[in-house]
Amino acid sequence: MELWFTERHTPNVKFSIKVDRQLYSGYSEFQRIDVFDSKEFGRFLTLDGYMMLTEKDEFIYHEMITHTPMAVHPNPKNILVIGAGDGGVVRELTRYPSVERIDLVEIDELVIEVSKQYLPTTACRFDDPRLNIYCEDGVKFVRKCENEYDIIIVDSTDPFGPGEGLFTKEFYGSCFKALKDDGIMVNQHESPFYAEDAASMQRSHKRIVESFPISKVYQAHIPTYPSGHWLFGFASKKYHPTNDYNGTKWNMLGLNTRYYNPRLHIGAFALPNYVEELLRDVE
Amino acid sequence: MLDQNRAPIYEALQRLKKMRIVPFDVPGHKRGRGNSELTEFLGQSCLDVDVNSMKPLDNLCHPVSVIREAEDLTAEAFGAKNAFFMVGGTTSSVQSMIMYACKSGDKIILPRNVHRSAINALILCDAIPVYVNPDVNNGLGISLGMSVSEVKKAIEENPDAKAVFVNNPTYYGVCSDLKKITELAHENGMLCLVDEAHGTHFYFGDDFPITAMAAGADISSVSMHKSGGSLTQSSFLLMGENINSDYMRQIVNLTQTTSASYLLLTSLDISRKRLALNGNDIFSKAVKMAEYARSEINSIGGYYAFSKELINGDSIYDFDVSKLSVHTLSVGLAGIEVYDILRDEYDIQIEFGDIGNILAYLSIGDRKQDIERLISALSEIRRRFGRDNTNEMLTQEYIPPIISESPRKAFYSDKLSLKLDDTVGRVCCEFVMCYPPGIPILAPGELITEDIIKYIKYAKEKGCSMTGTEDINIERLNVLKGV
Repeated sequence: MELWFTERHTPNVKFSIKVDRQLYSGYSEFQRIDVFDSKEFGRFLTLDGYMMLTEKDEFIYHEMITHTPMAVHPNPKNILVIGAGDGGVVRELTRYPSVERIDLVEIDELVIEVSKQYLPTTACRFDDPRLNIYCEDGVKFVRKCENEYDIIIVDSTDPFGPGEGLFTKEFYGSCFKALKDDGIMVNQHESPFYAEDAASMQRSHKRIVESFPISKVYQAHIPTYPSGHWLFGFASKKYHPTNDYNGTKWNMLGLNTRYYNPRLHIGAFALPNYVEELLRDVE
Repeated sequence: MLDQNRAPIYEALQRLKKMRIVPFDVPGHKRGRGNSELTEFLGQSCLDVDVNSMKPLDNLCHPVSVIREAEDLTAEAFGAKNAFFMVGGTTSSVQSMIMYACKSGDKIILPRNVHRSAINALILCDAIPVYVNPDVNNGLGISLGMSVSEVKKAIEENPDAKAVFVNNPTYYGVCSDLKKITELAHENGMLCLVDEAHGTHFYFGDDFPITAMAAGADISSVSMHKSGGSLTQSSFLLMGENINSDYMRQIVNLTQTTSASYLLLTSLDISRKRLALNGNDIFSKAVKMAEYARSEINSIGGYYAFSKELINGDSIYDFDVSKLSVHTLSVGLAGIEVYDILRDEYDIQIEFGDIGNILAYLSIGDRKQDIERLISALSEIRRRFGRDNTNEMLTQEYIPPIISESPRKAFYSDKLSLKLDDTVGRVCCEFVMCYPPGIPILAPGELITEDIIKYIKYAKEKGCSMTGTEDINIERLNVLKGV
């Protein structure tokens, strides 16, 4: 018997992983949630049939979305995380002793429950005393915050479905308001490669540029996401992601990472020409 | 009791599809085969049922089988004696109501803030309008319902009028005392006609103001395509006990197409079924969302999302809580500015904005996450664009119209275009409308006075949006020749 998970990356491209067995399948108020085991990528989580994370490559995504802003901000204490019900971002954040408070806002409580049960690799720090979990719409949560956070990490799904609101101008504007005067927002920024993904990448970039004085984009290689070439947004009120970056200081923290390092931090902001052009078009 | 699970037109179309009839009749696209681009765009299932009247599908002009059954189901679902499926928009329903009630020279009592379609009907059937002053809320800058005493006065002054026409609810959700007005009309031998274009949902749920049929009104026009979920341009005409529906059908057939679209008809049929079975549930969800949005918007600061607290027992006898109307002037922004910013900056399209307010239309199809977006966008607009100075409020004193000619005569007579200042004392041949609050300053057949010209100039100076005239800059008006 052969059982395959297949995700459509474009109308003409499919991506498949051979499944060993399905561990969980269920519907929440918002989406369908599935967990599979596979030989190649280990355990993996999908929402509405879209790949969210695999045990094998999740470290790339979670390290890059977390350590990049954490290493630029000189003293990050209050962190807001939107989405991220799998726990991966929280796992990385809790490694910083300087962090005083992590507010996690996940719209779908069931994602957290399923992750706790089936994804111990990422959902391993949900008991950290600095963590507060709010199960509500991030758009609503952040609307009511003002001058509260040093860093906001937007670990969204795609710009359709329940995560739609996290790609809007009203949301980015609310994040600006929720950040302190030297705050940083980092977001999952889609991919520049396939046309449809590139269009939503440009759309969010345009909206962030209009909302923040500093707005840069950096990249990482994530094998299980469409095309493997993935982007993150770095929006900031004060600190420039490379000019204001002190890699030595971060090294001294002695955090053991598998993907992120100070040289890669600088390099990640160096983008291919075609990506630069896509970004320039909307700036 | 009929079985509201049935949808006779829909079922007939399903049967027709299975019969695989060879079409040697119109429409010429022949189930879409003759127009592949259109078929690809709209979908095969849509083109499959874009068919002509035929025996198995009945005929809207003279319904005897499935359309008749669907209309009977609708009448039952809406508590009416009879119901017609309409395919010319609620405009055609409103026109049919008026043309049923009035013949040439008959008077009809109606509020001044009536929809254009009603005055256009007067041009068609040569009825004479008797206008009732709608109350105005100067704080919000919106026109309200008719007060019972004003209607009473109009009836006493015009005992020969044939009908009283009521807008219920208004665009903003304001309702008049429909029951009292209906009683007054009936006591004086007049029909009560109701434009319920914005009140389809009143028929499904306990949270809503009284419906025209429950209030005992004679005829109502219900825009099923607004809150009811059917396709644009489809509508219901509801009739009470006193109405001769066979004569009404003759009236409707004067102007209605003989090729009624089965897409529109089946959308009415399916939507009626949906509302009859689940309407209360559907609309109570919409109301919950509106109430939630109102409380969140009111907590942003500056904005005022108004609701039932406005009720005053008369010109705001009741309020439709599914409407999300927000007063914006205290944020320092005109409603029309907020309306434009929402679309241009936030990709959110709302129903309209006037000087002081915006209206977001909530219904069947709204999602919680979209409501959150709307609220957040309003919060952001206040943060980014809000001003301290509130615009100087434009108020409108109601200038009672002096009707010199019937709208029909004024519309069809020989006209002359004159400069604004030269028109005093002449009879106007066109509309001059002004938003807000959307009350016509002049309608065809009305005498132009010094006061009216002064007001037009004032409103123009204040940047009001003026419409209706042939001259786009409103520097000239068309008047009757030789009068």
